Amino acid sequence: MKNKKNLLASPFIIWSIAFIVLPLCMVFYYGLTDKTGAFTLDNIISIATAEHSKALWLSLLLSFISTVICLLLGYPLASILAKLGKNKNSLIVFIFILPMWMNFLLRTLAWQTLLEKTGVINSVLQFLHLPTLNIINTAYAIVLGMVYNFLPFMVLPLYNSLTKIDPNVINAARDLGANGLQTFIRITLPLSIPGIISGITMVFVPALTTFVISSLLGGSKILLIGNVIEQQFTQASNWNLGSGLSIVLMLFIIINMVVTSLFDKDGEGAVL
Amino acid sequence: MKKRILLPLLCIAASLLLGACGNSSGENGKVVVYNWGEYIDPETITMFEEETGIKVIYDEFETNEIMYPKVEAGASSYDVVCPSDYMIRKMIENDLLAEINWDNVPNVKKNIGSQYFEQSKEFDPENKYSVPYCFGTVGILYNKTMVDEPVDSWNILWNEKYTDSILMQDSVRDAFMVALKKNGFSMNSLNEEELNIAKDDLILQKPLVQAYVIDQVRDKMIGNEAAIGVIYSGEAIYTQRENPDLEYVIPKEGTNVWIDSWVIPKNCENKENAEKFIDFMCREDIALMNFEYITYSTPNDAARALIEDEDLRNSKIAFPNFDEYENLETFTYLGDEGDSLYNSLWEEVKSH
Repeated sequence: MKNKKNLLASPFIIWSIAFIVLPLCMVFYYGLTDKTGAFTLDNIISIATAEHSKALWLSLLLSFISTVICLLLGYPLASILAKLGKNKNSLIVFIFILPMWMNFLLRTLAWQTLLEKTGVINSVLQFLHLPTLNIINTAYAIVLGMVYNFLPFMVLPLYNSLTKIDPNVINAARDLGANGLQTFIRITLPLSIPGIISGITMVFVPALTTFVISSLLGGSKILLIGNVIEQQFTQASNWNLGSGLSIVLMLFIIINMVVTSLFDKDGEGAVL
Repeated sequence: MKKRILLPLLCIAASLLLGACGNSSGENGKVVVYNWGEYIDPETITMFEEETGIKVIYDEFETNEIMYPKVEAGASSYDVVCPSDYMIRKMIENDLLAEINWDNVPNVKKNIGSQYFEQSKEFDPENKYSVPYCFGTVGILYNKTMVDEPVDSWNILWNEKYTDSILMQDSVRDAFMVALKKNGFSMNSLNEEELNIAKDDLILQKPLVQAYVIDQVRDKMIGNEAAIGVIYSGEAIYTQRENPDLEYVIPKEGTNVWIDSWVIPKNCENKENAEKFIDFMCREDIALMNFEYITYSTPNDAARALIEDEDLRNSKIAFPNFDEYENLETFTYLGDEGDSLYNSLWEEVKSH
């Protein structure tokens, strides 16, 4: 029986060696060597330069803000979804997931058209004689793009963990005299922590590494660490530096994942 | 030159897919072409396939820098590539290009103006490796309804009156070209003092810039989103067709004159087909079709003579008289050290 299981897993093992392990090895090889192939730590140390650390700091800040906004928007939404009966909420969940069927580059490009100076939103505002919205090519637009793109990744794990809470536990709390707020703080919130942590990871990690959102909605004026790495590969053809910075970025992702695994022992939030 | 339509991710994904398909065979009967995005009339490819029976596998890149490592690695063994001047020089220096057999491409000598081969000597000194496909200048595109003063200098891009209405090119060499030329330096400068002045200027300019873009200059200018943009001459003709308020000027301080040329990589598998393809592209009717489709200036004199619209045939934007301008230059390859110097300065500008 065990052998059979191993056999069935072999396509995935081959897949992960070819497309996960090997590329990772290459990233480490390039990141730890210079152009001549000699070992060096310069690529990794270069994160300390003013430009790179500024980009990393900005990425951390913007993805933190986006994660907080996603959590504040996503938690009430997930609670409402979880409270609705299974039949009613499946349609809402479906509607919520529907935009994800479209490529996210297209959706981000659409935001560009919406937010432009002469874009859709401003045309409507001008027509109504309201002040115009000038956030395109600023950090605000980048945060908006991150929240818009990654919100479903916050809602779904939250929804998943909230539906798993036994209603009897909540009823018991109310029976014993806890009011709505107390029930939420002492029962619902602690029980949904795996979902919160998982949602935070799922928003924070892609937000931290994105380069498309920042170049489309930030007008390439705001350099995030993802953009710095992308440019090393596409413009500067310095794969070594690009890989070195990727390793540094991986470190932050690993820290995030360690924190997650500490809270999410049962893997409850693993919905996607 | 920098005509990118697809976004980086899409482009990489697409080229990986196409690259994987292109691996399967090396026998005759096909030719693998690697060109700039939106840089050909697709109809001409169909015509080539019908007339010769050679199957064309067509792949696109968005910057010279993305193209180079792929050709160097030889994973997809491209037969025909269309890089720009300085990149051709780099490829020649690194022994990546095959000499073209001029007997196999009769249309080239017949139709391509000799002055373009003369100009190509800056990067292909003996005219052995490259056949000019498109050329042009880089200049300022401005909206006549939004800009009051006469535009004749790069200085207008530093005018605070146009804060948040200026579009700059989002590529190292082009951005530095503007700043270096503004100060009267060579755009191929390796002098650190000059480059630092240019860098400081670009940092000074950054608050005025609405966005750093490449081909989006075109759509943003057409849509009246910005007043002034740095643009390639080939795009200028297209934008004027769509929005007659737009005007293109070559600044008095001089600018970049560039050539994109067909070359054949050494690791190609179908050299004869590649030459047939290049020859076909140099046929006057095909070159005319391409010119009308992409609006980038063609070095094909025979095709130019066939342009029916007299204004377009004598257009100063498409076919400028280079003697009228001073300080025109072509990019040269700066070497690895020069490249990384430019890149690190550009990073300082972008992260400021």
